Amino acid sequence: MGALTLEALRKLREDKRQALSQRDAGKGCIEVIIGMGTCGIAAGAKETFAAMVDEISRLHLDNVVVKQTGCMGLCASEPSVEVAVPGMPGVVYGKVDAAIGRQIVNSHIVKGELVGEYLFDKPAADIMK
Amino acid sequence: MHASLCDQLADLVQNALEAGATRVTLRVEEAPARLDVVVGDNGCGMSEAVQARALDPFYSDGRKHRHRRMGLGLAFLKQMVEATGGGLNLQSVEGKGTDVCFWLDPRHVDMPPMGDWAATLTGMMAFPGDYELVVERRRGDAAYSIRRSELIEALGEIETATSLAMARDYVASQEEALMMRKGQGHGSTDT
Repeated sequence: MGALTLEALRKLREDKRQALSQRDAGKGCIEVIIGMGTCGIAAGAKETFAAMVDEISRLHLDNVVVKQTGCMGLCASEPSVEVAVPGMPGVVYGKVDAAIGRQIVNSHIVKGELVGEYLFDKPAADIMK
Repeated sequence: MHASLCDQLADLVQNALEAGATRVTLRVEEAPARLDVVVGDNGCGMSEAVQARALDPFYSDGRKHRHRRMGLGLAFLKQMVEATGGGLNLQSVEGKGTDVCFWLDPRHVDMPPMGDWAATLTGMMAFPGDYELVVERRRGDAAYSIRRSELIEALGEIETATSLAMARDYVASQEEALMMRKGQGHGSTDT
């Protein structure tokens, strides 16, 4: 199979958008932010990012935004993942490998249940935004 | 040093964006005996004094982390380059931007694995903000180019996991085609 073209990508996205629009209408936007500074990368955050994107996509959740950011100042707890779900407290998880990332998607994002043993805190106070 | 070349490139691109760049260019050119990389940006650049210390693992400019006394990203790059018998050239002009140019010998026993190109390049597209990222990959006579703006235009946005997953599949298809095209008789590139 040859490389996908941008036109093919455009068509695929439109097809998926139509398929998902009925179900996700009215739902708030969920935000997942993954630390990707030197510390995060060295700890495996790229794999965490890939796993969470894959799991969210596999579950057809189209209202989840996934972003990368730099170091959050929690280097000893990398990979770190901040999750903000409307109606729930914003939290930061620490030591999130690919498997824990998938667990967070299924527990926190889908069921609204915090994954307590991996909860950390909020970004370090000395981080300048 | 970082576990893979892709990890190092992710670090360099993140550096560029954190320096306030609105345009970042990543060029990777593979040949049997040499792998060349250039990460260029139009960020804030570095003064000569900062540039002289940029490769020091115990130096950080303090702009983001006031109390931090470590800055390992470029130090990891220096370590990777030295370990593989390569070369590194850092060129920066304060107020204009920075070019990080390095080359590695892919035949060297300490050459790190390439890593996952599709996941890495997609992740580089997922930082917040309005920036352009241009990626140019060349392997012998075969090449492809990806622009963040083009992906956003095709997908509508590149923030949701759905769009990121589709972008990843798109990049993966470009990588697969690159590896399959006849070039200068490369062997398989491990991931």
